[in-house]
Amino acid sequence: MAADARALDVIAPENLSPVAGAQLRQRMAAFLALLRDNGFLVGLEEAQDCLRFAAAADLGRPASLRAGLRSVCCTCRADWQRFDELFDAYWLERGMKGMVKVSGTPPKGRGARRLSEAGAPRGSLGAPDQVSREGAEAGGNPADRQGRREGASSAECLAEADFRHLVTAEELQRVHELADRLARRMRHRLSRRERQRRKGRRLDLRRTIHRSIGRGGLPIDLAWRKRRERPLRLVVVLDASGSMSQYSTFFLRFIHGVLDRFREAEAFVFHTRLIHVSPALKERDAAKAVERLSLIAQGWAGGTKIGESLAAFNRHHAARVVHGRSVVMIVSDGFDTGAPELLAREMAALRRRTKRIVWLNPMIGWQDYEPTAGGMSAALPYIDLFAPAHNLKSLEALAPYLEQT
Amino acid sequence: MDRKEISEQLTKVGYVTDSQLTMALWLMERLERPLLLEGAAGVGKTEVAKALAEVHDTRLIRLQCYEGLDANAAIYEWNYQRQLLAIKAREGRGETAEEVEKHIFSEEFLLERPLLAAIREDKPAVLLIDEIDRADEEFEAFLLEVLSDYQISIPELGTVYATSIPLVVLTSNGTRELSDALRRRCLYHYVDYPSEDKEARILTTRLPRIDATLARQIAGFVAAVRKEDLRKVPGVAESLDWAAALVGLEVRDLRAEPEAVQDTLLCLLKTQEDRLALAPEVTQRLLGKVA
Repeated sequence: MAADARALDVIAPENLSPVAGAQLRQRMAAFLALLRDNGFLVGLEEAQDCLRFAAAADLGRPASLRAGLRSVCCTCRADWQRFDELFDAYWLERGMKGMVKVSGTPPKGRGARRLSEAGAPRGSLGAPDQVSREGAEAGGNPADRQGRREGASSAECLAEADFRHLVTAEELQRVHELADRLARRMRHRLSRRERQRRKGRRLDLRRTIHRSIGRGGLPIDLAWRKRRERPLRLVVVLDASGSMSQYSTFFLRFIHGVLDRFREAEAFVFHTRLIHVSPALKERDAAKAVERLSLIAQGWAGGTKIGESLAAFNRHHAARVVHGRSVVMIVSDGFDTGAPELLAREMAALRRRTKRIVWLNPMIGWQDYEPTAGGMSAALPYIDLFAPAHNLKSLEALAPYLEQT
Repeated sequence: MDRKEISEQLTKVGYVTDSQLTMALWLMERLERPLLLEGAAGVGKTEVAKALAEVHDTRLIRLQCYEGLDANAAIYEWNYQRQLLAIKAREGRGETAEEVEKHIFSEEFLLERPLLAAIREDKPAVLLIDEIDRADEEFEAFLLEVLSDYQISIPELGTVYATSIPLVVLTSNGTRELSDALRRRCLYHYVDYPSEDKEARILTTRLPRIDATLARQIAGFVAAVRKEDLRKVPGVAESLDWAAALVGLEVRDLRAEPEAVQDTLLCLLKTQEDRLALAPEVTQRLLGKVA
């Protein structure tokens, strides 16, 4: 093996004719940059490997260059399927749609279009900036859009921007990416916590024997390991009614990311009735999962019936999905067209079953908001955490609360 | 070994490969990187490692992952029973505790587990880490450490350096998202269900007694079955079983013996629902599609 590595060095680009080597390096670097712009995880190490490979392989045939770079640069199935297209476009100069050419430009094409359709609904309740939204949606001024975009600090700005105020497809796309990343970060924090508390009630033989040496091998001082605590179960109940429609896609996206971390998780969407959507969230591809969920949530008319939906939840699902280690997270603005008494009764019933109820309400983030909507005030006494959820920052603030077991 | 040789050798040991996979296998040796194989259950991911071990004529060391797999089970463990006995046996000799400790935490009492075993082989072994997605994220971090340095530190004994760098094959069914760090450490290959043509070749390679026409028919039929809405899509192992059953029943033409087909479907379909879904009419329709 070591001999092989040395053999590679001998024919490494720097030992070839310097001009050809430099050219290859440049071409390769540009290709890797293209991959990076298209979301591939390609770093320095991969770049070196690509060059080592290029030096060792017979590059006369594009097929072997393709196969080799594909093995090195792909890290998941999506990359795997996308690779050929990008390879052709760059090395064989075949044009393609949807390729990202410039660093930092959000991908256009399918993804972005879908978002602008699904994520920017019309005719929603309680949206003071309705007019400007529709203006921009109707086409807007390309130069203006250009001006809005990016810069190093834009990620932070977007994190604090109310989801309602996001207008362009690019912004939506970026926020969705941020939500994904946030979900992943939270997932990691949560799992670290779990690791630290993983002590248990199992005999730790290694330490026991250490301690028994001084006692002639008699294990008198026993060392214990605690049994691993089982993780929290997260049950999400999301309001997908018209008044929430500006927010629901973000939550779906975010929930999809976080659920992946909770080994035990269930999700429900309600509007006028309740639907169990966990299977749809099993879809690995976030955009696809959200699309499927949006399809499920579409096409219901009439007001929001939180009380009735919760009643359905308590009757049909709660026994199965809610237990002592569950956190029930309700995401809703609390505009209930049903009777507040029913909601209060069902909240009380739910309260008896579970340890914690979190109610996320995007409207808390609005200025001068008071939870006076009939439903909301009826539900308040049964809630452990009543938190805003109108932007990414507020979602991030939830992490510490979810960490407590 | 160059790529052509790898490909020939693989065929010789009964594994039908393609140029992309051959390239990946060649690269993992060249770049000393693990290979991550992803794909649905039953597409022959584990077989790749087995074939690779055969090609290199080396030991295959397998680590089957499961939820709760920890370092003790994957790297090394002390032989506690023997340690206790040794302490007892040395009791009367008047040795100090340090001496006893030094003795019982020595090589002699160390139990190798797959990861340690793999880096202590004289000849580079093939290390198969099967279904890594079933292990916890914590274990993934452990593994990453071992795979990047090829050394293992044992607190009581010191650091064990690799005598040879194993060829590492990881497989994943995608039940959990693996960390980016691990993915980046590995070469990547996505294993799909084989094309009809490839599957027919697999059948003829593995079952020398099978008739070429029948192999093609079986491959065609299985491909059609995979397009049906099933709970468990039959993998390559299933189609091999089924083909063996049909050969055993001396079936020559699937269309001529629909009853034999229906009766042997249990080799392909492993749940009651799927059996019900493939009623005789459905089987007939699928058989009609088979050329």
